[in-house]
Amino acid sequence: MKKIKGINDFVVKFANVNGTGSASANHLFAKAIFRMGIPVSPRNIFPSNIQGLPTWYEVRVSSKGYLGRRGGVDLMVCVNPQSMEKDIASVEPGGYFVYDNTKPLAPHLRRDDIHFFGIPFTEMCMREYSVPRLQQLLKNVVYVGALAALLDIDFGILKGLLNDQFKGKEKLIASNVHALEMGYQYATENFQCPLPIHLEKGGNVAPHILETPHILMNGNTAAALGAIYGGATVAAWYPITPSTSVIDSFAKYAKRLRIDPGSGKKNYAVVQAEDELAAMGMVVGASWNGARAFTATSGPGVSLMSEFLGLAYFAEVPVVLINVQRSGPSTGMPTRSQQSDILAAAYASHGDTKQVLLFPATPRECFDMTVDAFDLAERLQTPVIMMSDLDLGMNDWMSPPLEWDDNYQMDRGKVLDAKGLDDAEKWGRYLDVDGDGICYRTLPGAHPTKGAYFTRGSSKNEMAVYSESGEDYVHNMDRLLRKFETAKDYVPKPKTHPPIEVKKPKTKLKLGALFFGTSASPSYEAVEMLADEGYPINTMRIRAFPFHQSLDQFIHDHDMVFVIEQNRDGQMRRLIINECEIPPGKLTSILNYSGTPITARDIAGQIRAGLKTKSAKIVPLHAENA
Amino acid sequence: MSYVKPKFRHPRLPTNNLGYTIADYDGAISTLCAGCGHDSISASIRNACFLSSLPPHRIAKVSGIGCSSKMPTYFLSRSHGFNSVHGRMPSVATGASLANRDLTYIGVSGDGDTASIGMGQFIHLMRRNVNMTYIVANNGCYGLTKGQDSATADLGSISKYGDVNGFDGIDLASLAILQGASFVARSFSGDKEQLEPLIRAAMAHNGFAFIDVVSPCVTFNNHAGSTKSYSETREHLDVMPVDFVPMREEIRTQYAEGTNQSVTLHDGSVIHLKKAMTGHETDDRQGALNAIKSNEDASRILTGLLFLDPNTQNLNTSLELATRPLNELGKDELCPGSKVLDSINEGLR
Repeated sequence: MKKIKGINDFVVKFANVNGTGSASANHLFAKAIFRMGIPVSPRNIFPSNIQGLPTWYEVRVSSKGYLGRRGGVDLMVCVNPQSMEKDIASVEPGGYFVYDNTKPLAPHLRRDDIHFFGIPFTEMCMREYSVPRLQQLLKNVVYVGALAALLDIDFGILKGLLNDQFKGKEKLIASNVHALEMGYQYATENFQCPLPIHLEKGGNVAPHILETPHILMNGNTAAALGAIYGGATVAAWYPITPSTSVIDSFAKYAKRLRIDPGSGKKNYAVVQAEDELAAMGMVVGASWNGARAFTATSGPGVSLMSEFLGLAYFAEVPVVLINVQRSGPSTGMPTRSQQSDILAAAYASHGDTKQVLLFPATPRECFDMTVDAFDLAERLQTPVIMMSDLDLGMNDWMSPPLEWDDNYQMDRGKVLDAKGLDDAEKWGRYLDVDGDGICYRTLPGAHPTKGAYFTRGSSKNEMAVYSESGEDYVHNMDRLLRKFETAKDYVPKPKTHPPIEVKKPKTKLKLGALFFGTSASPSYEAVEMLADEGYPINTMRIRAFPFHQSLDQFIHDHDMVFVIEQNRDGQMRRLIINECEIPPGKLTSILNYSGTPITARDIAGQIRAGLKTKSAKIVPLHAENA
Repeated sequence: MSYVKPKFRHPRLPTNNLGYTIADYDGAISTLCAGCGHDSISASIRNACFLSSLPPHRIAKVSGIGCSSKMPTYFLSRSHGFNSVHGRMPSVATGASLANRDLTYIGVSGDGDTASIGMGQFIHLMRRNVNMTYIVANNGCYGLTKGQDSATADLGSISKYGDVNGFDGIDLASLAILQGASFVARSFSGDKEQLEPLIRAAMAHNGFAFIDVVSPCVTFNNHAGSTKSYSETREHLDVMPVDFVPMREEIRTQYAEGTNQSVTLHDGSVIHLKKAMTGHETDDRQGALNAIKSNEDASRILTGLLFLDPNTQNLNTSLELATRPLNELGKDELCPGSKVLDSINEGLR
């Protein structure tokens, strides 16, 4: 029978029951591989449930450093009878299936093209431990021990991690190490270890990974740190998966890093609002009053905040919103990932609105872009929405370390203080003195006689006086558009990479691929797969809206451009068609909206199919009129 | 409606302790209907700020949407104002107050803005005890959309179109007392003798201060059959006289005749009350609720200071905020720097 082989290059998946403590054991497994210096990307694929439903943890190991999902499972660890049938079916031919054989496996579940490894986890734990909770929890650690033998994980690293995790609780360390050893011993005594798929420290790991001392962190924590470093003082929010940990982390770090040394009091405020409307209202009020304020939410929260986003756009109040996207519409699949709020965020609110969006693809970018978001919001006096997603926000990503330049200065934008007001020849809140569409604002309380004005969601003239004159209204709306043009020079530019050399290309078409956020990593991998097959594809990673001019150029320079994204309607493709002067037929959608992050194999497969038809699968807009 | 506001002022207008004249507290000319109760409230707010010698630029005005919420344009032109979103002023005020705890915040809302679309935010504003004065100009109807009943319209009140209101009105003052608001008052737009000292006391109060002001709508709710018309209100008013004495004037003040309760506020100023009308002490929540209810049962509108807890803890205290306003903090206080980040990185390896 075939055996899948691979050094530092395979996919392991764990099938668990939610709420049984598997998460920390699975994390221990992934972190050990990370500490061995081997690129790893773990993903929690979990239900909207606290206890009882099936939950999975998928760990990609990739010597080349690909952190997106590859697709397929090489080794499955199954401790959940509920999902066993499907889990067995999902293993690649020649793959491996580790299961609890305390109860024998039903004969009809057997496959003769995969390798079964039965380990009596339950029986072992019942025998060794008397406390029911330990019997359940340590079962998870036993399978990690077995995997240490099967995949050749450095046992010392595993022990070191347990020491870190349970510092000061020696009893717990001892029982956990015992469980690890039990699993390890069982595997070495009963199976030929290691398997043809296994780990090798150093080995074939890409040099660029070995050169940098990487960190393992999730995007939400990184964004929270960005808010700390970016100088946010007010965080108002309403709990919603998958954004909740942004504020949890902010509060945790602020408690440590933001205490006034003299009084021991707080130099920050975290308010759990009654709903997302209020959360956004508080951000608007605090920003209007000169504090750096932010909120974090997800799809339904964005809908509720839309009214305020329109006010902030029109009244020109800085706002920072971190949108950790999940599967919609409505409650959709709240614990599953998607990139499906692109249009809702880009045009958030009624009337003519356009919002500035940022698209981070790594935790490092979550950190950097959150800092950017505060600078941009104050520079542009408008909402800035950072579009993360569940996959990036809640999963651990291997990332280069976060970096900070101590010379950084906050860009507070055009704000006139008392002296500025005294020096100004003529001041009007909405006077475009500099011609870039950005006017000078003042903060309440700044000057005894100058600079007071009325902020409102209704139309006004340049001097901030209420006006229903069509001329004033148009003048103002056109200036806002000018400001949006100005934004193009400030927002992060798209990233391109030098094209991969293909010696004997199989096509004469000039091919391009556009993607953003968590679609980026598997897209790069798919592009390399296709290059190996003779299809050279140039790439551009979009990092912000409004789009930079180079995006138009990229599309013009290619005959066929794939837009890779994780939603049903090709929302980024539509946004590009709306905003750029390009023929829609040039853009072909590559989509995944299953809720589980898109895989490199899936992308490559869809592009191959697209190349066969050589035309867009999606019918161009207004095709019915053609 | 007037459309020009005369700039002429008497050269020897009296000044307050800061040297400001009343004109320094003026706003733009009102665009509300002639005779609107709201304009009287605007005037009372202006007078209260003048009398209490508050620097106009250290006051921030916030409002929602509706006739009431237009009011902040018509007083204190030297203050920043924010005419926000319908029913959402409480959240904007909360954020603003967190950003700068040193300003005085005046929120102006209406019965539609507060008792319907904004009910949730209103309750949570009280729950958080945001340090501000919150005035509802209460006329029982929606003015800007032409006279629909609001949620505070009394049961049986007849609308301009002849419809009898079949629902119990929401009593915002009772609600505020129940919800734990630390300062609750009711007044009438036409009674500046009472409204002005109430507003002054509310602004001096170190916490959330709510004033429900019956403010008749001359256009849509001032006819026979309406319970919130000028004549109906005047006829059924039970007025509790209120006198407010700022801290520094206390020594020189003669106590008003018949005063039988004095309450000292956090900043040392004193409120003098005649409680003969209600018989309850101002620190008695249950007594206040009973007094409102028994007046209501007798078709009377009880006005005055209904409840006060001068030693309340406002949001700044419960959040343990440092004394320096958050909006004054710079990079040095806020940004932990590269060394801290290096150690955070280290913890993630």
